[in-house]
Amino acid sequence: MTPDRGPTEQTHDISLTVNGVLRQARVPARRLLSDCLRHDLGLTGTHVGCEHGVCGACTVLVNGQPMRSCLLLAVSVDGSEITTVEGCTDPDGSLGPVQRAFMECHGLQCGFCTPGFITTIAAYLRRNPNPTPEQAREAIGGNLCRCTGYQNIVASVLRAAEIMREESGDAGVPAAGHGRGERA
Amino acid sequence: MTTRMIGEPIPRREDPRLVTGQGRYLDDLGAGALQVAFVRSPHAHARIVDIDVTDALDVDGLVAIYTYEDLAAADEAGSSHLSEPLPLLIPHPDLTHPRTAYPLARDEVNHVGEPVVMVVATDRYVAEDVCDRIRVNYEVLPAVVGLDAAIEATHLVHPDIPGNIGAHMVQERGDARAAIAAAPHRLELDLEIERSASMPMEGRGVYARWDADDRTLRVYTSTQAATSVRAAIAAKLAVPIDRVEVIAPDVGGGFGVKVVHPWPEEVLIPWAAMRLGREVKWTEDRREHFISSAHERGQKQKVRVGFDDDGRLLGMEFQVWHDHGAYTPYGLIVPIITTTQVLGPYKPGAYRGEFWSLYTNTVIVTPYRGAGRPQGCFAMERTMDAIADYLGLDRTVVRERNFIQPEEMPYDHGLVFQDGRGLVYDSGNYPALLDKLKALVGWDSFAEYAEQARAEGRRVGIGLACYVEGTGVGPYEGAHVRVETTGEVVVATGLTTQGQGHQTMLAQIVADELGVPVERVTVTTGDTRRFKYAVGTFASRTAVMSGNAAALAARKVRAKALRIASEALEVDPSDLEIVDGVVRVRGVPSSPGAKTEIPLSTVAVLSNPLRYAFDAEAARATQFAVGGSSEEPPVAEDDEPGLEAVDYYSPPRSTFAAGMHAAIVETDPETAEIKVLRYCVVHDCGNLINPRIVEGQIHGGVAQGVGGALYERMVYDSAGQLLNASFMDFLMPYASEVPTVETDHLQTPSPLNPLGVKGAGEAGVIPAAAVFASAISDAEGFAITRMPISPSELFELRERFAAGEIPPLRSRSGHISGEGRFVRAKEDSR
Repeated sequence: MTPDRGPTEQTHDISLTVNGVLRQARVPARRLLSDCLRHDLGLTGTHVGCEHGVCGACTVLVNGQPMRSCLLLAVSVDGSEITTVEGCTDPDGSLGPVQRAFMECHGLQCGFCTPGFITTIAAYLRRNPNPTPEQAREAIGGNLCRCTGYQNIVASVLRAAEIMREESGDAGVPAAGHGRGERA
Repeated sequence: MTTRMIGEPIPRREDPRLVTGQGRYLDDLGAGALQVAFVRSPHAHARIVDIDVTDALDVDGLVAIYTYEDLAAADEAGSSHLSEPLPLLIPHPDLTHPRTAYPLARDEVNHVGEPVVMVVATDRYVAEDVCDRIRVNYEVLPAVVGLDAAIEATHLVHPDIPGNIGAHMVQERGDARAAIAAAPHRLELDLEIERSASMPMEGRGVYARWDADDRTLRVYTSTQAATSVRAAIAAKLAVPIDRVEVIAPDVGGGFGVKVVHPWPEEVLIPWAAMRLGREVKWTEDRREHFISSAHERGQKQKVRVGFDDDGRLLGMEFQVWHDHGAYTPYGLIVPIITTTQVLGPYKPGAYRGEFWSLYTNTVIVTPYRGAGRPQGCFAMERTMDAIADYLGLDRTVVRERNFIQPEEMPYDHGLVFQDGRGLVYDSGNYPALLDKLKALVGWDSFAEYAEQARAEGRRVGIGLACYVEGTGVGPYEGAHVRVETTGEVVVATGLTTQGQGHQTMLAQIVADELGVPVERVTVTTGDTRRFKYAVGTFASRTAVMSGNAAALAARKVRAKALRIASEALEVDPSDLEIVDGVVRVRGVPSSPGAKTEIPLSTVAVLSNPLRYAFDAEAARATQFAVGGSSEEPPVAEDDEPGLEAVDYYSPPRSTFAAGMHAAIVETDPETAEIKVLRYCVVHDCGNLINPRIVEGQIHGGVAQGVGGALYERMVYDSAGQLLNASFMDFLMPYASEVPTVETDHLQTPSPLNPLGVKGAGEAGVIPAAAVFASAISDAEGFAITRMPISPSELFELRERFAAGEIPPLRSRSGHISGEGRFVRAKEDSR
């Protein structure tokens, strides 16, 4: 057994605006964004399922775009705006539309993959606020879930769109039909 | 009236935390803890010559390096048992040659991924740097990979285990061989299922802290069996069990793999924490999960059946060669389940089930959702299809003729099930399930659709499969229910949760039993500080076991509440009811403060006579406020303070759920791509507690079934390297691969338990491989006998079929191909 010695690896100071709050961290160049968020900034809602960009559990929004935080070095996003699942709530801290939809539609079971779905869907619905069931399924096509079989996640996408339309006071044309009723 | 909660599809209590990132999974805990990485064997079979750590010692942040020698030295110096092999969890008399691993390899490694060296460092990056600098010299030995090599036994996994045979087991009812020989018709099928794995999104992980002042060890682990991990840690580390706490935090899926324990890491991490006096954590990475946790499913099977002109089974012989990997910590559970649950909803006539459980130099094989049932279902359902084809009968007709009838329940198969109890079905209505399935999928009109599709140049096929699942196996579970003086109800059960919504489901049961709003009930699972006696979460057992235990405990609490309230209200307890958390006289309108009602919160206060007041509620229970007779003790001799109770549920044997699935597939005539057009499920798990949760369990099971049938397999090369140990290469289904699942339910209550429930967790996955094999066979016109099946494999089968190497099916939906057989009807060779 050798004595405990502090790291001498070269570090870099970075600033990130995470969920609207300016955060600073001192990280080695090789530190992954996922580890930085989870372990340096204490935002453990971002989960790591595969460490190679396939499962999507670690998806966060970098300047509004969904990205796999396990494939990004923290230093490479210095100065960026990051949104994690913790930041997908409404401004008053209550559940945001996507979060509410997941709860209403039983869109999660163990919840480990859920943060990546929620960030992905939040970004998607900004681009396409009125998806069809087929588009909703396509929108989540890059994220793995081992529990739900996806059916209720598709329903959650549609329900979230519906909630967002309701909240914006825009009755809209519900091309998606009712969120709970996806059928083949 | 309080709304009845059992049967309501209420949203889950767990969700607000989990959807906001406030869940606490293993790696979310222990910020600042030391981190562990392992040097794992790169060889499937090798002798360890030496381990050289010289280059690693200079790495900044290194804290400790441990090998087997350190475990032996620790045992020598103290009273730990770390240098001994890990426990054989489930011994069985027929497991004549068991073998379990050491926590760190001693002299020899038997699969790629076996842990050899443990490194503790200030963070995981550093720990992995250290691992890279440790050199282990191996003398590579021949690897036994795959069932053929195991059976052939040219090389042995363990030199002292002849023929690589860990176990050989036979169960027989009647003289199956004689019955088959005497039958008017006989068939023989050779079948095969490949390996897959549970593959939860969160891998395993362990975090330990040792409080040297308090002499207490607390271990968080991503497990399905917290209480048993606690016992194992206490035994291995020689810590009094009373000083060990084990907590399963939020667990990101289990599906079976996390019921195995203690994993090497579950004893090594706490040991390091005690030794170093520091918090220590290990979080499994995905590659580690592929090569160091557990797999399942791999079997070769032979079925021989004899049947009459109507397709009724007269005798069945089922032989299974089961690949259990390098070690046998979980005993024979999987092959026992395969060779008993193969019988499904049918009467087999005489039956002989036989298996050989074989060693290979691969990752251990332990239960994965379904736990041997998918393989058994595959064998029986392929057989049913073969009989139907042989006799030119509709596939549903053959099944109907072999069904156990509702009036024959309880039905005793005369075999011993995985729990050591009789294989006795408690209830079920299989004909009704089949009727529902045929209606749901449109079985009778499919031939017309298929003919039409064929005319358009499309290939479509329909398939079905039926299963019976023994759920809720014993020995027992318990629950503790307490009404706090605030009126909040806290419930604890010892088994663990991996996403099934147990906190919601158990809250619904207790809310109903006690007459309180479900929002006031909080449930804790898998925390040995709260409940110490439990078995674990597996075999679709939580609703049955903990559900009934919680109901029984709540009934005790209710009885006590009514007794205390009856004294306070001076009313007979039988005249009282509890509605919305208030005990009141039946039939008297609610009137707060009246002498006809009393809130449960006040009853809780009165249940605990106090000397000291700390708030206004407590003041009502103090000695001068209560008064009472001076002749009687404040707590009666047969009573206890507090409005709480513990109770246990221990059934005589399992309860048997059932279901039937059907799928319609389309296979591309050119590319052999397999597309699922429809997937239908009818399911009977007795009374439903939360239909939404049950439906979710079915959806998830079907998705895993689709994966296991069409995509997932563990690809080992002949040297024992797992070639697809990543999510990039092990193809778990995305949303694009999983069909919409259409469901219908039947509710045949179990007569065995107070709630009349049966388990639902594993059901969805069980028949999927069988259903797809049936549907693809129907589309293609020849029998599929090996699963999973990829487009390229189907393409190759088509070529062999065209070359006449595979016999055609005789009868297909919308298509009569004339002569041909599913498989050759062989004369019995004996």
